[in-house]
Amino acid sequence: MGKHLVGNHIRRLRFDHNEMTQQQLADKVGVTRQTIVALEKGNYSPSLELAFRIALAFNLPLEEVFFYGENTNK
Amino acid sequence: MTYQEKKSIVSLISAVVIFGTYCLYMYPRHPEGGLESLETFRYWGSFVLILTLLSIVAHIIISILFNILFRMTTGEKEPTFADELDKLIDLKANRNSFFVFILGFLLAMGSLVIFQPSQFMFMILIISGFISDVTGSVTKLYHYRKGV
Repeated sequence: MGKHLVGNHIRRLRFDHNEMTQQQLADKVGVTRQTIVALEKGNYSPSLELAFRIALAFNLPLEEVFFYGENTNK
Repeated sequence: MTYQEKKSIVSLISAVVIFGTYCLYMYPRHPEGGLESLETFRYWGSFVLILTLLSIVAHIIISILFNILFRMTTGEKEPTFADELDKLIDLKANRNSFFVFILGFLLAMGSLVIFQPSQFMFMILIISGFISDVTGSVTKLYHYRKGV
C-alpha cells in the first residue's frame, strides 16, 4: 500500500507514557493490537473517532498525536 | 506475525486442503452414465451440498484448534471482537471474493450458451467458489501485512 499522508507519533507517545504497551493502548481505545501495529507502521489511517480516542488516551490534542504528512515513526 | 495474519494463512491452507481432499475423495465416485443423466445431476448436487457442509464444519474445527494452539504458543488471547480495521479488511476481502465468484458464475452460464455439457457448468461454479474463498483469504492476508 502507498504511504499514508496521515502520520502519527503513537510509538513515541507510548514510550513517553511509562512505556505503555501496544496491547495496553489497544485496550484503552477499544481496538485490537493489530490495529495499533498498523497505525504505528503507517499502514492505516484511523477513523476520526479512533483518532480522537487515541488522543484522549494520551491526554493530548489531536494535532499533537496525528499530523498531515509522511509518517516519521517508521 | 499477528493473530490475524496467522489466521488468514491457516484459513488459506485449510481451504486448499479441504477442497483438494474432497475432490480426490469424490473424483472416483463420478457416475459412469451419460453426461446429462439424472445420476450425474444428483452427483453434482450432492458434491456441492456436502462440500458446503464439510467446509463449514472443518473451518469451525480448524478455527478452534488454531485458537487453542495460538494461546498455547504465544500465551496471548485471541481478539474477541472485530474493530474498524478488521471490518474494513473484511469488506475488501468480501468484495474481491464476490467479484471472483460472479466472474465464475458468468463463465458457467456462458458455457451453457456455447452448448457445453452441463457438468462443465458445475465444475466452473465449484472451482470459482473455491477460488473466491482463496481470494478472500489472500486479500485479508495482503491487507493485514501491507495495510489498507
